[in-house]
Amino acid sequence: MKVALFVPCYVDQFYPGAAIATLQLLEKLGVEVHYPKNQTCCGQPMANSGYEHLTTGCNNLFVDNFSGYDYVVCPSGSCTLHIKEHLHSPEKEDQAVEIRKRVYELTEFLVDILKVENLQANFPHKVGLHSSCHGLRGLKISQMSELVAPDFNKPAHLLNMVQGLELIKLGRQDDCCGFGGTFCVAEEAVSSKMGKDRVDDHIEHGAEYITSADLSCLMHMEGILRRQNSNVKVIHVAEILNHYSHE
Amino acid sequence: MSREKILAAVKKNEFSQAQLPDLEALNSLTANSGDLALQYTTIASAGGSFVYEVADMDAIKAILQKEFKPDVKIVSGIKELDDYTYAAAVAGELAHSFADVELTILQSNLGVAENGALWLTESEMNVRVLPFISQHLAVVISRKALVPTMAQAYTKIGNADYGYGAFISGPSKTADIEQSLVIGAHGPRSLSVFILP
Amino acid sequence: MSNATGKSHPELAAAFNKDEPRVDWHDETLWWVRAKRDIAAHKLPEWELLRETASQIKNNVLSNLSSYLEQFEANALKNGVVVHWAADAAEHNQIIHKLLADRGINRMVKSKSMLTEECHLNEYLQEHGVDVIDSDLGERIVQLAGEPPSHIVLPCIHKKKEEIGDIFHEHLGSAKGESDPKILTETARQHLREVFLTRRAALTGVNFAIAETGEFVICTNEGNADMGAHLAEIHIASMGIEKIIPERKHLGVFLRLLTRSATGQPITTYSSHFKKPQQDREIHIVIVDNGRSVQLGREDFRNSLKCIRCGACMNTCPVYRKSGGHSYHTAIAGPIGSILAPNLDMKKYADLPFASTLCGSCSNVCPVKIDIHDQLYKWRQVIVKEGYSPKAKTLAMKAMAFTLSSPSLYRTAGKAGRWTFKHAPFAVNNQLNPWYKHREMPKSPEQSFGEWYSKRKEEKK
Repeated sequence: MKVALFVPCYVDQFYPGAAIATLQLLEKLGVEVHYPKNQTCCGQPMANSGYEHLTTGCNNLFVDNFSGYDYVVCPSGSCTLHIKEHLHSPEKEDQAVEIRKRVYELTEFLVDILKVENLQANFPHKVGLHSSCHGLRGLKISQMSELVAPDFNKPAHLLNMVQGLELIKLGRQDDCCGFGGTFCVAEEAVSSKMGKDRVDDHIEHGAEYITSADLSCLMHMEGILRRQNSNVKVIHVAEILNHYSHE
Repeated sequence: MSREKILAAVKKNEFSQAQLPDLEALNSLTANSGDLALQYTTIASAGGSFVYEVADMDAIKAILQKEFKPDVKIVSGIKELDDYTYAAAVAGELAHSFADVELTILQSNLGVAENGALWLTESEMNVRVLPFISQHLAVVISRKALVPTMAQAYTKIGNADYGYGAFISGPSKTADIEQSLVIGAHGPRSLSVFILP
Repeated sequence: MSNATGKSHPELAAAFNKDEPRVDWHDETLWWVRAKRDIAAHKLPEWELLRETASQIKNNVLSNLSSYLEQFEANALKNGVVVHWAADAAEHNQIIHKLLADRGINRMVKSKSMLTEECHLNEYLQEHGVDVIDSDLGERIVQLAGEPPSHIVLPCIHKKKEEIGDIFHEHLGSAKGESDPKILTETARQHLREVFLTRRAALTGVNFAIAETGEFVICTNEGNADMGAHLAEIHIASMGIEKIIPERKHLGVFLRLLTRSATGQPITTYSSHFKKPQQDREIHIVIVDNGRSVQLGREDFRNSLKCIRCGACMNTCPVYRKSGGHSYHTAIAGPIGSILAPNLDMKKYADLPFASTLCGSCSNVCPVKIDIHDQLYKWRQVIVKEGYSPKAKTLAMKAMAFTLSSPSLYRTAGKAGRWTFKHAPFAVNNQLNPWYKHREMPKSPEQSFGEWYSKRKEEKK
């Protein structure tokens, strides 16, 4: 299978470690990964702010970069969801439609396509799993607490394969962290209060690390944790799943 | 005229057909429910009602004598409970004249196990304001008149032509002050339900 | 609702957040209501089927609304009920005033109706010499406090019991410092009982209007709608055109969903079905449009008219919980309010669809499956297109779009950003940067992923 790696713009610039881990993890699992080097951004920051009509340039670039692959894998729930729901190209709509069918967030790719059942990974720490909203309610990578429906959790399924890792229980399973794109600055007071409350939930329940399939949530929570001089760190799921230390 | 204007505006903006769903699947899912009287009692009690399973009207009389002082105004819509003012006989009086009623006793012919509700129409109430203005309310129902859910209740009600009817599921209440539940808002302060065989 | 200060949601929310313990109290109270809803829903294995059924019934209503309205009117008339039609809020208020004035009535008791909040009925009647007393306890409290309700089901959820005690002491004569909810409720019971017994007119809302029979249903826990209506000479019921449901049996779906979604109770204490007036009394229904037919014509937003006003979306919304209903400066707040209000006045309510992270929780708790969070996204596009977005934001977005559609510009910008964070942190680590108010900026890595990958490619050669 031909797999392309889609690295969100802010991950590329500020959290390359997560993208590196994603690449290494996929290669460990026997996947040949291509990285289209002219990729930039999925366009979500503009679209969510009401400027969907300005994203044509981004969309066309995305289509050019990611056409012709069996799968496009991305270590971000929100970017994956945005492409899945909003990628359109006036001149190349057929190709856009194809890509939308084939774009996957990392954990859903590992569980649904590669059907990973075990990992050689260890991470002997207490970890809080943050269910980011777009991955959860958009991509349905785990069950939503509002619904009366059977439970499942793809990221947790993978994290439970990691030796020594203890997933902690939270007070509120899937309350939003408050990042929300430009919301984080446009509604700064509510955004930071939401982030603080999420972080407090993890800390109260003993988390040493907070992980998620979405780095935007983690970036926001990390900003709050560091402002509090907290010892709790954030880490993307790929970095945990790719972690193996012989000590 | 506004009526024509509104209807025309609405009609213009209606869109293509969306069919009504069939309720059969839902209704059959809820048709069976085991011990309805037990379920009713559990849920009605949790909602603040006092529920008594009794053998006959005499048992009801005994409980009422114990719970209510002899000199208070009690109105009964049930012929057999004849120690009190008979509702049908005073139905023509001014609604406001019932403001001093301490207890009203009425009959219900339909109760819902899933939520503790009892259906009473104007016929059972005799006077619409009676089950609201009374300080306390008591309702008598046969266990055979219980159904599992609202779905079956409306099947029973069918297309009955009442002027007014109400599902009453407990004493009046409010949690408007800091989500603190207080029993006894503007309606009756208590609801006692007597389940006959 | 009136926005006397002209402030936007972010400003009002920031003010709300100055008192953090109070925000926590408000947030925890509403989360608790959400949790009760979850417990009630999980007791019914058929819950999701119920939601889907209700959704489809409401879809059918919207696609046949004009004929259902005509059917409802015809049946109501047959029942001896008088039906009025009001194109807008002003006409609604005028009709009600005339009904009272024609009968020489200048005092009315009202039970909860969010439609009358939307139409500012109380103020209108007050200006025209009619005294209106709200009988729902929460509504009475905010009425005495001179405030609008902050939640459509729990009107004074934003008020602490000590504050309510003070209001009752000032207006109803309760003891100073009394804050026991039981005693305060008893005070209100006595006060409002007098009101019910002495007012000749009662106004209520309508939860459901049944086309098949011409009857309407009102759901309360307090019994105030019935106390008012049964003791009055004239009972006026205000309803929006979208309150219609086709058949009586459909109540078997909606009455199972409404209260469980709203408060977690299996049903309200009273679900009162009004079909015919009492002997020698009157029932009048006022059917109101006030922008609803326009919303019906908006393909992307017409589903908002399915709303049965349960408030579940507000209880689950993290932004609502942490900013309070008054931050939305409109009669109906929260997620549903944010997709209804722009239709009424796009300029005034342009901020509301942005008061959200699009988390999607609202859509999941909505008993009639309104796609609330999708509509919030779509309203954002409309608001920007109609020109209600700040110029600075538009410029910034255009710059962003330009940069991100060019790989080389993007790489340069990214590198520049990382350099600034590293070598000139003061440029971003200051109070001019809203992010920085409560958060540290992300750390600056040595190289981007793209740079790392190119190096790796080079090394492989």
